[in-house]
Amino acid sequence: MSVAAVHARNVSKQYPGSRGVQALSGVNADIPAGRFVSILGPSGCGKSTFLRCVAGLENITGGELDVNGKAVNGPPDGIGMVFQRDALLEWRSIRRNILLPVEFAKKSPSVYQDKVDHLLDLTGLRDFGNSYPRELSGGMRQRAAICRALVDDPSLLLMDEPFGALDAFTRDQMNVELQRIWMETRNTILFVTHGISEAVYLGDVVMVFSPRPGRLLETITIDLPRPRPLSIRETPEFGRYTAHIRGLFEEMGLIGDKGTV
Amino acid sequence: MKALNNLGMGLAGTISLVVVLVLWEVLCRTLHVRDIMLPLPSQIFAELWAELAWYGGHTLYTLWTTLAGFALSVVGGVLIAVALVGSRLFERFLYPLIIGFNSVPKVALAPLFVVWLGTGAEPKIAIAFLIAVFAVIVDTVHGLRSVPSDIIDLGKVLKGSPWDFFFKVKLPCALPSMVAGMKVAMSLALVGAIVGEFVSSQKGLGYVIMSAQGTFDTVRVFAALFILALMGLALYGLLAWVEKRATPWRQIHSD
Repeated sequence: MSVAAVHARNVSKQYPGSRGVQALSGVNADIPAGRFVSILGPSGCGKSTFLRCVAGLENITGGELDVNGKAVNGPPDGIGMVFQRDALLEWRSIRRNILLPVEFAKKSPSVYQDKVDHLLDLTGLRDFGNSYPRELSGGMRQRAAICRALVDDPSLLLMDEPFGALDAFTRDQMNVELQRIWMETRNTILFVTHGISEAVYLGDVVMVFSPRPGRLLETITIDLPRPRPLSIRETPEFGRYTAHIRGLFEEMGLIGDKGTV
Repeated sequence: MKALNNLGMGLAGTISLVVVLVLWEVLCRTLHVRDIMLPLPSQIFAELWAELAWYGGHTLYTLWTTLAGFALSVVGGVLIAVALVGSRLFERFLYPLIIGFNSVPKVALAPLFVVWLGTGAEPKIAIAFLIAVFAVIVDTVHGLRSVPSDIIDLGKVLKGSPWDFFFKVKLPCALPSMVAGMKVAMSLALVGAIVGEFVSSQKGLGYVIMSAQGTFDTVRVFAALFILALMGLALYGLLAWVEKRATPWRQIHSD
């Protein structure tokens, strides 16, 4: 068996201080390369913390965490990251924003021009390479941020609620596009979200987290054919997955009809 | 549309200025205000016109000390701000000192600089620098600290050199704030240069004001003031222009 893209054994994370919050507790995961993994949970469940630990932006305080077979100690090589707010640099054109990782890696941007063109085509931003981020809509900005994360062919793409700040329509559109992009690039993706439907629609696997302390409740394999059209969300198979997950959250007492109209 | 707006602003400002000058002239004439208290605008312009070369020389001197003080304050201020933000040690030991020093009225130090640096251009430049530098430090520190956390995380994940991160991310992030500080610093440098000339000088518009005041030549005082107002306006306009050139992305307005 090949090396897992992400391997977590009993991972825990406690923030320092006397009242240090236990953000993660006993998380186990083995994510094979090339898989699209949705990380789902309500706010405060540690799903973003888990992602940030994988990115090497936070240190784990217990257990072991490997990315591409190496223990995480600072940001690993060959990862791309997309943030909730796109984190584009306002003073750079879209093209130069996308080339930032190339510059930081001390590689020649000229070699990557075709790659950037391809990514701009792939995300429908062909005519916006020379625009400033300010001239783009929220959805387009986030697409540019995805291009930036993909430009140096990362083996692992980490996405921290990337569509959380977008309106519902744009969000649906971005889900379709992300699936299309991923089916072409086939990187391993860890996609953090609090949308049940979004998690099931995109994921090969959904890791469901529960809050305080952040624990991995269940890992669910989503066995739906790809490419998945948006209308798949109306099928009974899709409904069974979302109903099951909603049931998990109800058991935790996080959502329910009791006491509400 | 925006250009039209700017033109409109400039035109409206000019109209107001002309109206004020005309009112001033008319009121002084009808109320028979003495020249020594408040001269007529027409007298002031006549004086300027008659002695154009003489005023020009003093203006250039003041302009030179102002710009030299300003340039030093930008270079020094940015370097100090970078050191403060970059090193915990510097921040601990230097920042309280800077804040304490800033609360001393710098104008009060002007006579000392004459003792230290003589009566040439040096003490004027030094005072202009000292008054202006704090605005640059404070706004640059603020700018360097206001890099969004997402963008700092991005820099870590991309694993660039600290050098790359500073010049390609942090500094451009801080630029708008730095330019705001420079605008303030420019007006303050002019104040510093004039104060320096008040204390001891044979040249410059500050000297013109002091010497004319000594002989109750109020027309000459006002002529110098008029030039100073124009100079302040022009220097501010210059920085606004530089700002537009340096931050083209901020000129785009998203709707």
